[in-house]
Amino acid sequence: MSSPTPGQTTSMKPAATPTALQNRMGVLKSPESSKALHTIALLVRNAPGVLVRVSMVFSRRGYNIESLVVSPGAKTGFSRMTVTCSGDPAILEQMIKQLTKLVDVVHALDHTATDRFETEIALIKIRCAGDVRRDVLEIAEHFNARVVDYAAQSLILRVFGASDKLDAIISLLDEERIVELVRSGKIVMARALEVT
Amino acid sequence: MEPELPAPPTGAQKLIQCLEREGVEYIFGYSGGAAMPIFDALVDSSIELILVRHEQGAAHMADGYARASGKPGVVLVTSGPGATNIVTGLLTSHMDSIPIIVLTGQTISSMLGKDGFQEADVTGITYAVVKHSYLLKDGADIPRATREAFYIATSGRPGPVLLDLPKDVTQGPCDAPFVDDIDLPGYTVPTNGDPDDIREAAAILNASKRPVLYVGHGAVISNAGKAVIRLAEMLRAPIVNTLLGKGAADETHPLHLGMLGMHGTAYANKAVDACDCIMAIGARWDDRITSKLDEFCLGAAKIHIDIDPSEFGKMVQPDVAIAGDARLVLDELVPQIQPADTEQWLRQCNVWRKKYPLKYAKQGGLRTQHVLDRLNALTQGNAIITTDVGQHQMWAAQFCLSTTNRHWISSGGAGTMGFGFPAAIGAQFGCPDKKVWAIVGDGGFQMTQAELATAAIHKKPTKCLIINNNFLGMVRQWQELFYDNRISGVDLVGNPDFVKLAQAYGVKALRIRRPADVDRVLAEAHDYDEGPCVVVAEVVKEDNVFPMIPSGAPLSGMIIEKPKGPLAKPSGST
Repeated sequence: MSSPTPGQTTSMKPAATPTALQNRMGVLKSPESSKALHTIALLVRNAPGVLVRVSMVFSRRGYNIESLVVSPGAKTGFSRMTVTCSGDPAILEQMIKQLTKLVDVVHALDHTATDRFETEIALIKIRCAGDVRRDVLEIAEHFNARVVDYAAQSLILRVFGASDKLDAIISLLDEERIVELVRSGKIVMARALEVT
Repeated sequence: MEPELPAPPTGAQKLIQCLEREGVEYIFGYSGGAAMPIFDALVDSSIELILVRHEQGAAHMADGYARASGKPGVVLVTSGPGATNIVTGLLTSHMDSIPIIVLTGQTISSMLGKDGFQEADVTGITYAVVKHSYLLKDGADIPRATREAFYIATSGRPGPVLLDLPKDVTQGPCDAPFVDDIDLPGYTVPTNGDPDDIREAAAILNASKRPVLYVGHGAVISNAGKAVIRLAEMLRAPIVNTLLGKGAADETHPLHLGMLGMHGTAYANKAVDACDCIMAIGARWDDRITSKLDEFCLGAAKIHIDIDPSEFGKMVQPDVAIAGDARLVLDELVPQIQPADTEQWLRQCNVWRKKYPLKYAKQGGLRTQHVLDRLNALTQGNAIITTDVGQHQMWAAQFCLSTTNRHWISSGGAGTMGFGFPAAIGAQFGCPDKKVWAIVGDGGFQMTQAELATAAIHKKPTKCLIINNNFLGMVRQWQELFYDNRISGVDLVGNPDFVKLAQAYGVKALRIRRPADVDRVLAEAHDYDEGPCVVVAEVVKEDNVFPMIPSGAPLSGMIIEKPKGPLAKPSGST
């Protein structure tokens, strides 16, 4: 790892190529096998085993789950799952039917193309001191990221927004300086009175 | 002084009371430590325990019971290896949509996940082969979970449901009340079918010149056979059925062309290949049926009736999909059908029927086809026939014509060897007044032959016809046709004398050696009602099932008799 020269804005590197970015995030996506991401929202009964049953449908049909958010639903006893996944688009509709078929799944809806609001949160721990810290704070300010931990050798930034905004700030920060990255995974809600 | 309140029942007693409320007559089971409270509760119950000799046998008996009677079959086994021994049975029932309830004992709750003695993560192991399952950590959930289990197993597209029961839960008290109402917001069952979809299907059928009705197991489950016949007669359309669809619509009806698919009749497959409209009635376009999918029924309109909407578009994209119960949908559809001019089409089908009949060599020793042809003449569709898996299964499907719903029982989706004999015993429990014949091979029979004891103890008049060629015949056939006759892993040298084996269990046993013996021996077994009877048919070692569509070949690639030269290895699954 090359250490940045003091006084130089070495952390302000050009945006990483998508391949490099995604590899760093642990997502297996070579350009040739790249598949569009789908967003599926499920309303499920909060019953034991429901997460296993849901994830088994994805794995059996060869879908890769990129992110998964499980949270309590509005009604007691029900949970929300938001799944971002990639796989063969030709079987997406059929896979959603297989999800719907599960006894504990109230509904499963594809929100890849619906009118929706989506958001995601990232926590980014950056090793930074001295001049580098100024650069980082400048980027943070631009993205409305908040510093939630200010330590001698590091910062933790919290940033939220659309997933591509998170991708953008991460790509602007020096890959070598990011110590840890935790993203919540995308959550979506259909606009107006449409069902999510 | 206050009268002392009676102690609440144990979880096991409550469970058994719930089963009694569901109308359970029999439990097929095998005991063990973690299930002891449940076996104890059975002592005082009206439910009869059928003690098997291996858990797999219990699962197949419950399956056969369910297929023959239409009622759910119940299995009770212990934890760990007891539970893992029923996984094959779960797969069998799951693939063929059979309602069975499996109760597994489990280690005490506090030991879960700690590798306790005979502990296995049974819900984890079985997720992929159940319709639904429960791990009951709280005795108060027993009545609700049991009610839900029966409802889920038997409604919609049926399937197995598993209840995993830790020993402390079945041993501890359970004062929860019985549950009647179902509250499953994620579970809906289509019933009648959308009227617009049905109208659209009727329009396509009415415009069709060469329609085919393709009948599957869904028609058996919904008892849609008579409606299928009405539709066929109204439309003047030929009927074909899948292996599991046998019996829904009378196979001896003049419009019936028999079974389609890999080893179906040539005329059924030729009709499917040439049709301009095919309607699946409770069938799922299985790979044994479509063979090479992208050449299947090219240009033909496809209508798909299924109670499970997740089948739509899985294999074949239908032009019209109707989600509903096959019988209820057909009842709506038939009045909208106009008699079509299909005389030329039916004539063509009959030309094929005459040109490519099912046939077999009458010389050269005892042949399976001959035995089964005569069994068909003897039973005339009035007996329940179960099969195992392999050549005998395909020949039985070809030669034993089914005329009655639920008279044909075979492991289709899973192709489970060892299924046929225990399934027949289960079917006999479900239908005590019917003649039940198991047709099995020497390979499959040996996988569950210990159930001879179960049949003998209960003096069930189940007949077991062992087709003994001392080979795993179907694999040998493939090796002969596709693998340059390089025989590998199919020679069952070391088979016992099955007559002596049966006699060792106190079971009557007969042998057929010559074609001339067939009718006499079959009749003697058929008329013997004092207990089980094994008939061993010592058939020729090498014979092949035809017609055959090599796996992955289009329907037009059907082989009607043994080819002269070698064939390329099949590209399809198996």
